[in-house]
Amino acid sequence: MKILYNEPSPLETRVLSRRFGLENSERLDTYLATGGFEAFRKALEIGPDQIISEVKTSALRGRGGAGFPTGMKWSFVPRNHPKPRYIIVNADESEPGTCKDRLLMEYDPYQLLEGMLIAGIAVDSRKGYIYVRGEYRYLITHLERVVEEAYSRGYLGKNVAGTGFEFDVYLHSGAGAYECGEETALLDSLEGKRGIPRMKPPFPAVSGAWQSPTLLNNVETFSAVPHIILNGGQWFAGLGTPKNGGTRLVCISGHVNKPGVYELPLGYPMLKAIYEVAGGIPGGRKLKAVIPGGSSCPVLRAAECDLAMDYDSLAKAGSMLGSGGMVVMDETTDMVRAALRIMAFYQHESCGWCIPCREGTAWLRKMLARLDAGIGTPADIDLVGELSKNMLGRTFCALGDAAAMPTISIVEKFRDEFEAKLQSYAAAGLVQVG
Amino acid sequence: MTFSAELEARFAKMMQSYPPGRERSALVPMLLYAQDEIGHVSEALILEVAARLNISRLDVDEVIGYYSMLHKRPLGKYHVQVCTNISCLLAGGEQLLEHAKKSLGIGHKEVTPDGQFSLEEVECMGACCWAPALEINYDFHHFVTPEKLDQLIASLEKVQ
Ligand SMILES: Cc1cc2nc3c(=O)[nH]c(=O)nc-3n(C[C@H](O)[C@H](O)[C@H](O)COP(=O)(O)O)c2cc1C
Ligand code: FES
Repeated sequence: MKILYNEPSPLETRVLSRRFGLENSERLDTYLATGGFEAFRKALEIGPDQIISEVKTSALRGRGGAGFPTGMKWSFVPRNHPKPRYIIVNADESEPGTCKDRLLMEYDPYQLLEGMLIAGIAVDSRKGYIYVRGEYRYLITHLERVVEEAYSRGYLGKNVAGTGFEFDVYLHSGAGAYECGEETALLDSLEGKRGIPRMKPPFPAVSGAWQSPTLLNNVETFSAVPHIILNGGQWFAGLGTPKNGGTRLVCISGHVNKPGVYELPLGYPMLKAIYEVAGGIPGGRKLKAVIPGGSSCPVLRAAECDLAMDYDSLAKAGSMLGSGGMVVMDETTDMVRAALRIMAFYQHESCGWCIPCREGTAWLRKMLARLDAGIGTPADIDLVGELSKNMLGRTFCALGDAAAMPTISIVEKFRDEFEAKLQSYAAAGLVQVG
Repeated sequence: MTFSAELEARFAKMMQSYPPGRERSALVPMLLYAQDEIGHVSEALILEVAARLNISRLDVDEVIGYYSMLHKRPLGKYHVQVCTNISCLLAGGEQLLEHAKKSLGIGHKEVTPDGQFSLEEVECMGACCWAPALEINYDFHHFVTPEKLDQLIASLEKVQ
């Protein structure tokens, strides 16, 4: 057994992670011995329409954050287009709280390659790129070796697995920019520019990389595809809840005894994930809040966490399933400080292209820093909420929303902590009020 | 400028990786890999890359300003990057950063006088479940305690 980053839990439903822990799980021979490339052969047999239809039936939704139905996205790519079509893997993984794509690439890279190949059949594409964040250099080096092995063994190139299907895969390194995870900013970055988001429409499906039709998905989304093709869309859909197919790699971090990445079916009870899968909160302390899917999601209070983890239940609770990065915060957490750190991130990462985001995040950071230092009046707390609401929906890309959503929720749900901070600092004579 | 044979081979491969006429796409990875070899993005490197990709020096410059991993000033031989983002914050990332500052005697984005170390407070690096985390150059270190950090520093102090 290979040493994993964290012990698996017996409560997991391991589909995408089923090879994790196998000796040489990243090698072609291991992959072939465990059902690898059967889905690819089947995909060639059933053809593009049937592939897309299976993916639609599977109720697979994008694992990068937005949760867009994958089959539908695939059906938007024009197949008989004069320009070449590109498959692009978003391996920028930089939403705070998220660390799962890393494992998929490290332990089962062929699963990702097979997903790309099947996507290639589905939209008649011959070329794929994996855009990996620059900090993951060890993974780029690792994937280079994998791709080299795939070419030398005939599983990439002119005649993939002896089927006559042609497909090339290239790796592309980012260099430190959260915004490059946004799909159109990623495309600009891929083209050798600053990662600035593009106007949509046209959507990448129609005009993406180098103005060609482009299919762009998250690492985990592509990695699910071989299982869907092999076992059927129905089967995958059945693992989750209606309209929320399959499993997800949930990254549980923060105040839990066994932080780690666990593969759980969609609709899994959040409290069970925290208390059983991740072993509960250290020292028997009480739960205060949860960020359900990466730091851009509205925060849930402990009392709101008795829910099923799927896109629709989280939306009903006023939050999002997001990127799978679940951050658990216990009663000792300083929510003002958390709000400040989250805003500091978005301010640092704002690309500066649109004013509401560039200025909004900068002002919010300053205001939250003041409040965190116990300076200000209750009206300043209102202003943070108001300014965030004004940013929401008014920025060029969703980074502005990502900054606004957690802030609005923290101010609304934990206002008492902001007030207590102001009062205690004033009472101690540490700051002047007014 | 001359680069190692290995880097030249990588550049050659990059030039073949993108559609014809779209070689500029190699810009960001080229700068990052070259920086790794020569230590920073120097003036000479900017001109060299601009010439190779047939773009203006301004095209290169504006990209450097955007990406946080590209540096115009030399970093230390060992660039210590401490994450203080939300999951690391909850696991003591800020204390770890403070400890790093003390142990190395430098602040955020500073370099030790001997050029051995530089320090940077960074954003989430995708190690949230194994927090607090840091990266030294490209090596990840998980569940880092102040003691573990001091051991790491000590083991790298003498390395030439
Ligand atoms: C600011 C910002 C950052 C993003 N970062 C990522 C990322 O790191 N990885 C990712 O897969 N998607 C990220 N996304 C979502 C992508 O724009 C896109 O929706 C996704 O990659 C599509 O793939 P999917 O449908 O498989 O999820 C980000 C979006 C925004 C607005
Ligand atoms: S928050 Fe530190 S690695 Fe993600």
